[in-house]
Amino acid sequence: MVTALLGKKLGMTRIFTEDGRWIPVTVLEAGPCTVTQVKTKERDGYEAVQLGFEDAKKSRMTKAALGHQSKVSDAAKRRLGEVALAPGSELKPGDEVRVDIFSVGEHVDIAGTTKGKGFAGVHKRHHFKGGPGTHGSNFHRAPGSIGQSADPSKVVKGKRLPGHMGNERNTTRNLEVVKVDAEKNLLVILGAVPGANGGYVEVKKRVKGSK
Amino acid sequence: MKFAKAVEALSQEQKQAAEKVPQFRIGDTVRVHFRIVEGEKERIQVFEGVIISRSGGTGANARFTVRRVAFGEGVERVFPLHSPRVEKVEVIREGKVCRAKLYYLRERAGKAARVKAKGRSTTAKDEQ
Repeated sequence: MVTALLGKKLGMTRIFTEDGRWIPVTVLEAGPCTVTQVKTKERDGYEAVQLGFEDAKKSRMTKAALGHQSKVSDAAKRRLGEVALAPGSELKPGDEVRVDIFSVGEHVDIAGTTKGKGFAGVHKRHHFKGGPGTHGSNFHRAPGSIGQSADPSKVVKGKRLPGHMGNERNTTRNLEVVKVDAEKNLLVILGAVPGANGGYVEVKKRVKGSK
Repeated sequence: MKFAKAVEALSQEQKQAAEKVPQFRIGDTVRVHFRIVEGEKERIQVFEGVIISRSGGTGANARFTVRRVAFGEGVERVFPLHSPRVEKVEVIREGKVCRAKLYYLRERAGKAARVKAKGRSTTAKDEQ
């Protein structure tokens, strides 16, 4: 069995639980994934499998990508990703893994690419307080002083400043699985998941807090 | 699979789970029987007032707003239409209104804030 699946964020909605609570959920399409390559201790130095998700048109793929996958099967997968194997389990190239590796009530970590925010100021990017909006103030959203003068005569490394924000990989941990639809390959998760609708995500068995 | 399809499927399921959809129209005076869970105990709370809006369309996310004036203070509560906690909605009186949203009631007080009853013979006064 694998410890993670590749998927896609479809969007958010609300559903009722059995006891009548109305909860916000994210709907993910997770799997089915095909094993496209198996990495072994002898050859690669570690054990893992490479999964392929979502069919692609062959004419849209590069020959290199097609060639790599043609060793396993005829189908071309758009998205490839490497995931770890659960101890003691074994998979062959061409095997299929589905969303049923997750169960309701289980907690998962979900990684995705966050929405790009462009060049953002310190207010938005680092949650700086900023100055007062009124009362004659001319200091609103600027970063303020970024250091001392002649000594040390430089800006310290790691100083939080404006810059590009978002569009980077981010993992949200310990999200609860509310529903698993093996037929439609859907995973319903409590709460929000990084990234825009239609973005690719990786759903992993949780790392922290598991017994 | 497209999001719309997936959500449609989910929402169908939810709507079916909520066996019966309450039937009422904007302007009706209703009694909403709402199940309240306090730890182990459960009880039914009744909220009586006028339906002033309905939102969320035909999906499982649909909601309705009930307004009443309690102790001289306007109180509005929004209930999910398909919630399993909404036990039933009793229509006490059907109202005759010309709007889909009765937000104008918020600016009115006393007699001006009444909604005309449907039908010729009965007036609000008669029924009370």
